[in-house]
Amino acid sequence: MILTLIWACVIAFAVLAYVLLDGFDLGVGILFAVERHGEDRDVMVNSVAPVWDGNETWLVLGGGGLLAMFPLAYSVILPALYPAIIAMLLALVFRGVSFEFRFRAVTTRGRTWWDGAFVCGSTLAAFCQGLVLGGLLQGIHVEDRVYAGGWWDWLTGFTVLCGVAVVFGYALQGTCWLIWRTEGALQQRCRRHALVLAVVTLGFIVVVSLWTPMLNPVFMQRWFGWPGILLTSPVPILVALVGWVFWRGLSLRHDLTPFLCAQAWFVLCYAGLGISLWPLIVPPGITIWDAAAPPSSQAFLLVGAVVLIPTILAYTGYAYWVFRGKVRPGMHYH
Amino acid sequence: MSGADAVLVARAQFAFTIGFHIVLPAFTIGLASYLAVLEALWLATGRQVYLDVFQYWLKAFAIVFAMGVVSGVVMAYQFGTNWARFSDKAGAVVGPLMGYEVLTAFFLEAGFLGIMLFGRERVGRMVHFAATMLVAIGTLISATWILAANSWMQTPQGYTLTPDGRFVPADWWQIIFNPSFPYRLVHMVIACYLSVAFVVGAVGAYHLRRDAQSQAARLMFSMAMWMALVVAPIQVLAGDQHGLNTLRYQPAKVAALEGDWDTRPGTPLILFGMPNMEEERTDWAVEVPHLGALVLTHSWDGSIKGLKDFPPQDRPPSPVVFWAFRVMVGLGFLMAAVGLWAAYLRMGGRLYASRWLQRVALAMAPSGFIALLSGWTVTEVGRQPFTVYGVLRTADSVSPVGLPGVAGSLAGFVVVYLIVFGAGFLFLLRVVRRPPTVGESGLPPGVPIRSAGITPIVALDDGRMP
Repeated sequence: MILTLIWACVIAFAVLAYVLLDGFDLGVGILFAVERHGEDRDVMVNSVAPVWDGNETWLVLGGGGLLAMFPLAYSVILPALYPAIIAMLLALVFRGVSFEFRFRAVTTRGRTWWDGAFVCGSTLAAFCQGLVLGGLLQGIHVEDRVYAGGWWDWLTGFTVLCGVAVVFGYALQGTCWLIWRTEGALQQRCRRHALVLAVVTLGFIVVVSLWTPMLNPVFMQRWFGWPGILLTSPVPILVALVGWVFWRGLSLRHDLTPFLCAQAWFVLCYAGLGISLWPLIVPPGITIWDAAAPPSSQAFLLVGAVVLIPTILAYTGYAYWVFRGKVRPGMHYH
Repeated sequence: MSGADAVLVARAQFAFTIGFHIVLPAFTIGLASYLAVLEALWLATGRQVYLDVFQYWLKAFAIVFAMGVVSGVVMAYQFGTNWARFSDKAGAVVGPLMGYEVLTAFFLEAGFLGIMLFGRERVGRMVHFAATMLVAIGTLISATWILAANSWMQTPQGYTLTPDGRFVPADWWQIIFNPSFPYRLVHMVIACYLSVAFVVGAVGAYHLRRDAQSQAARLMFSMAMWMALVVAPIQVLAGDQHGLNTLRYQPAKVAALEGDWDTRPGTPLILFGMPNMEEERTDWAVEVPHLGALVLTHSWDGSIKGLKDFPPQDRPPSPVVFWAFRVMVGLGFLMAAVGLWAAYLRMGGRLYASRWLQRVALAMAPSGFIALLSGWTVTEVGRQPFTVYGVLRTADSVSPVGLPGVAGSLAGFVVVYLIVFGAGFLFLLRVVRRPPTVGESGLPPGVPIRSAGITPIVALDDGRMP
């Protein structure tokens, strides 16, 4: 019981860490669509170069952890969202290598090609992650512990909306990251992008938040029923508050505030997601207790996780500390 | 019928993604140990050539490691997309073992890889050597976890079954140290070492052909030929022991790889032929009487079970296993022969002079990897028609995803992998085509590489270190 709870928290944390960390570096890739100047692109890529691989590893930890600790959830979610998952993986593969190969390309044409792969891969990966989120929220049809729906069950207006929302949300993350880590004309443009992206992202947050309770009466009861509303009402209030801090930070030309606010929005949305789902892991019917691996598995892997995850976290924090400061043109990270 | 086809395509997809992936960690495992040996020799002797060769292969290592990370991300999701029922039933056993592999790899990337790749001039010699050693040991630990998971699927034990057919781990010690695990681990690690030895040997031969005096090329070639002489025969012995273990626990696999249908005293060894699953015989068989009994039972009149002793629905597809086994064994003996030939030339002082040996070494560059993939084909196809041997059938392991979906995603993987890993392979060729030089430089600065991980050591250059 307690082990299941611990593991649910660990995996929820891994997914959140992934969204917060890889979110901004996917966002930097998405921004390639509007930032076309070669030198700016080099700066953008160099700003995430030392950290992006570590960011993406949380995705492996989340996926591997789900298989080991909640095998039922893993075995139901992936077939149900099959095309979206496969497309996301292929996009991430493409994006990952184009990241490195753009520096090694011998010709301008080669570099343009890899840059194109970088922006397309980043955008598609973000879009697919939104599809997966939406597909999970709207529920998965399961019979006898096996996905029992069709091919395109996941493809609805809601999932597409979630997909587009995540693309804009990640782009906002990326922009705010660049405000923090760059300077000069690029930083100026990012401030302008950030304002537009923040308005659009907030709009999506509102629409998705209002739509979600309509998907499932349980969600509706949770959000608007009494006394649940005592727990849920702070979430939208905090979102608005963060919006005000964001606006102030942007107009006062703070470097770091917008990024922290963008991250805070994601944390709040994630908390809202948790409020809706708890204790479900796959709506409408599978709870974390249903999906949990036996205690012998949970205890076995926990030993390693207790030692290694804090070490990895400390190390990641240290790496971010070392790489703090502005990234300038022509400056390499090693 | 479409269900059976979907299973086949799902198997093809797994074979394709894992086959692409396994080559990269195998390369990393072998190369990491080779780099550790080179650095140890440099520290012990102070000879520049060891450092040059170390720096030369470090660049290849960075590229191969990066590609391995990319294909590894896909593997974390393959079990769920195409093998959902397997994941649900066996996830509680196989998942934690793979979880440990992920954590080990993660830790390794975070901690020591960056120091190994970029830190040589920034940390002390011994610290750097310690990092190289830890990377080498870490790759072996990773391999241990994955092979424990795979071996458990071959020879499962230490579990109980729930009424609905899910595996519940009862004794982790028994699960990890299952009967086939030690043999598979030894056989695989040696295979990694041999594969890399033949790549290094081929690169050495390539540069010797252009500059016979190159010290670095001579060192690579010489070390590779020593490996072929000493390790290839050890691998033959390890393979023999592994085979005996398989005979004990998975007799149907052995019958399939031997192409043997009948149980009879003094089992012959079929050298070549074409197993025929429908007619239950091996066509055009070329046999050596009693040799099969000698090899597998170490007695003249011993017998092994033929395929007919197993119900038709429990038989692995013999033709694939039979031929993959022959490719593996043939290449293994060929490698040992190259080692002997090189030793003979070395005694006559002509190791670096023989053009023919260089040509053969060059042609055998991929031999280790081909043998390794063939070996995995034997062990995985030979486990069929089960995923968890004897307990969970492959047909009961697949996802409820129809043929078009599995085929479509397979096509996607093929296209993307060929572009991405094709490009990676070209970059690798570019690195090894350049001759090694005296005072070989390390990795080029200013070019991001994924294998740098998140190691802050790389920031030392900018004087930004606290």
